[in-house]
Amino acid sequence: MQLAPRLTDYWVTVFKRVWKGTVVTSFLTPFLFLAAMGVGLGSFIDDNAGPAALGGITYLAFIGPGLLATTAMQTAIFESTYPVMGAFKWHRSYFSMAATPLTPSDIVASQLGFIGFRIFVTCGVFLAVLAGFGALESWWGALVALAVSVLIGLAHATPMVGLTSRMHNEFGFALVFRLGLMPMFLFSGAFFPITQLPTVITWLAYLTPIWHGVDLMRMLTLGTIDGSAALLHVVYLGACVVAGWFYALSGFTRRLAL
Amino acid sequence: MSRLVSVDPPLMIEASGLRKSYGDFEAVKGIDVEVRKGEAFGFLGPNGAGKSSTMRMVAAVSPVTTGSLRILGMDPATQGSQIRARLGVCPQDDTLDNELSVFENLAVYGRYFGMSRRESAARTAELLDFVQLTERAKAKVETLSGGMKRRLTVARSLVNQPDLLLLDEPTTGLDPQARHQLWDRLFRLKQQGVTLVLTTHYMDEAEQLCDRLVVMDKGVIVAKGSPAELIVEHSTREVTELRFGVGEHEAMAAKVDDLAERVEVLPDRLLLYTDDGEAAAVAVHDRGLRPLSSLVRRATLEDVFLRLTGRSLAD
Repeated sequence: MQLAPRLTDYWVTVFKRVWKGTVVTSFLTPFLFLAAMGVGLGSFIDDNAGPAALGGITYLAFIGPGLLATTAMQTAIFESTYPVMGAFKWHRSYFSMAATPLTPSDIVASQLGFIGFRIFVTCGVFLAVLAGFGALESWWGALVALAVSVLIGLAHATPMVGLTSRMHNEFGFALVFRLGLMPMFLFSGAFFPITQLPTVITWLAYLTPIWHGVDLMRMLTLGTIDGSAALLHVVYLGACVVAGWFYALSGFTRRLAL
Repeated sequence: MSRLVSVDPPLMIEASGLRKSYGDFEAVKGIDVEVRKGEAFGFLGPNGAGKSSTMRMVAAVSPVTTGSLRILGMDPATQGSQIRARLGVCPQDDTLDNELSVFENLAVYGRYFGMSRRESAARTAELLDFVQLTERAKAKVETLSGGMKRRLTVARSLVNQPDLLLLDEPTTGLDPQARHQLWDRLFRLKQQGVTLVLTTHYMDEAEQLCDRLVVMDKGVIVAKGSPAELIVEHSTREVTELRFGVGEHEAMAAKVDDLAERVEVLPDRLLLYTDDGEAAAVAVHDRGLRPLSSLVRRATLEDVFLRLTGRSLAD
C-alpha cells in the first residue's frame, strides 16, 4: 500500500477532466431535493403536524443531515461501479498499473482514496447548499459532518468496489441500484423515523450502514449527541470499511493476477 | 562497464518445468527457457499456444502454477514489485487511457515507477520523439490510429528504461507500413542492448527480430534455436509451391512425391521440400503436369512450424 501515492498524478489528471460536471451536479441535486422536500413538503408537514412531531425541529432540519448521509452513500456506490468496471474492462488501466512496481493493494488504496475525495467534494458542496438554506447550526459541526460523510461513503464504497472487481459485465449494476441502493435510500431514516415501519423492517434498517450514518449525521447537525450511540455508529461504519477493504483487496488481487 | 563478467552474459529469464493452469485448463505444460542479456528472444506459435500465459508469468503478474521461474535473478512470487520496476511491458491489447492525452499517458505512467514529475516529463518528451509522436503530444489517445497507439504503448513500456522489454504480439492488427515502422524502432532498441522478449504468430516478424526463438504449440515447446538453425534442422533450403485445381491436390501429391524430400498437401496448394526448387519445378513440368501456378521460394519458419505441428501458423 505504500506505493499508492505514486498514483496521485493519475487521479489528479482524471479529476481535472471531470471536476466541472461534478461540481454542477453536486450543487443541483441537493438544491432541488432541499427545495422540494425540505421546503415544499417540509412546510406542509410543519404546518399540519407541528414541530413537536419531529421532536421540536423543522422538517428541513430533519431531512438535511439525512440527505447529506444518503448523498455520501450514493456518490460512493456510483463511483464504485462503472468507473471501476471501466478500469478493469474497457480502458484496462488497472492492468497497466499492475505491470509496474505497484501492487494490488496500492491500486485499491488509491482508487478508494479517489472515491473518498469525490465524496468529500460532493458533500462539501452539499453542506454549502445546506448553509444557504439556513439549516446549519455551527461551522465546526459542518466540518465533523464532512468527515463523517467520507466515513459513510467509504463504508459503502469498499464493499461495492469489492463486488465490482468480481463482476464481469455491468448488467448487475441495475440490480444493485434497484434492490440495494434504492431501498437503502428510502428506508435509511433520512425522510422519516424508521420506527414508523413494521418492526421487522425497522430491524432490517438497523443492519444497514446507511441507517447508522443518517442517525450519526443527525446527532451532529442537531447537536443531540448521545455518546454511546454515536460510538456504536462510528464503530459499525468503521467495521464496514475494514471488512470491505479486505473484500476489495482479495477481488483485485485475484483479477489482476490472471 | 568495467565490471568483470563471466563469459556468458547474465541470465535475464530462467524457467524450468514452468506450468500454468486455469482451473482444469493447462495453458502452459512445462517449458524450459533461458534468455540472456542483450538477446532478442521470441515465442512463436499460433493463438492458444500458451505464449501470452507465459509472458504474463514472466511479467511477474500471473503466479506460476508449478515449476521454477527467475526473472533478473529474482523470484516473482516474493519480489514481484522489484522485478516489475525493471521490466517494460507492452501488452497484447493497448491499455492506454483513451481520455488522457498522449503526453499524459506517458508522464503519469513514469510516476508509477517512482520518477519525479520533472524526470518523467523529460523522459516522455524523449520517448515521444523516439516513436515519432511528438506532434501528437497533446492529442487525445482515442484520435490516434492503430499503429500510433501501438507505438505509444511501446514508448510507455520504455518509460523506466527497462533492462528487459516484453512485447506480446507487438504488431498484430497493424498494416504493413505501421509494422515496418515499429520493427525499425525495435531494431534500434536491440542495438542499444535492450533485451527483447516477444511473442508473435507472424513468422516474418520472428525471422526479422529474433536471435533465438522457441516454437510453441498447445502449451509445450516443440523446437528451439535461431531462425536459420530451425530452418536447416526442420526444413529443406527451398520450397516449390504448386497450385492445382480445387480438389486435385491429394491426387497430384502422389504423382510428384518422389521429386522432393517431402511433400505437404495444403487445401489450396502442394509444398515440395527440396534443396533445388527450380529443378523440382522443371521435373514436374517434364512429367506433363501443368499446375495453375508454381513458385520457388526459400524455406521460412512457417515451413518449420508446418513440419513440427502439421498445421499452419494462421490456424
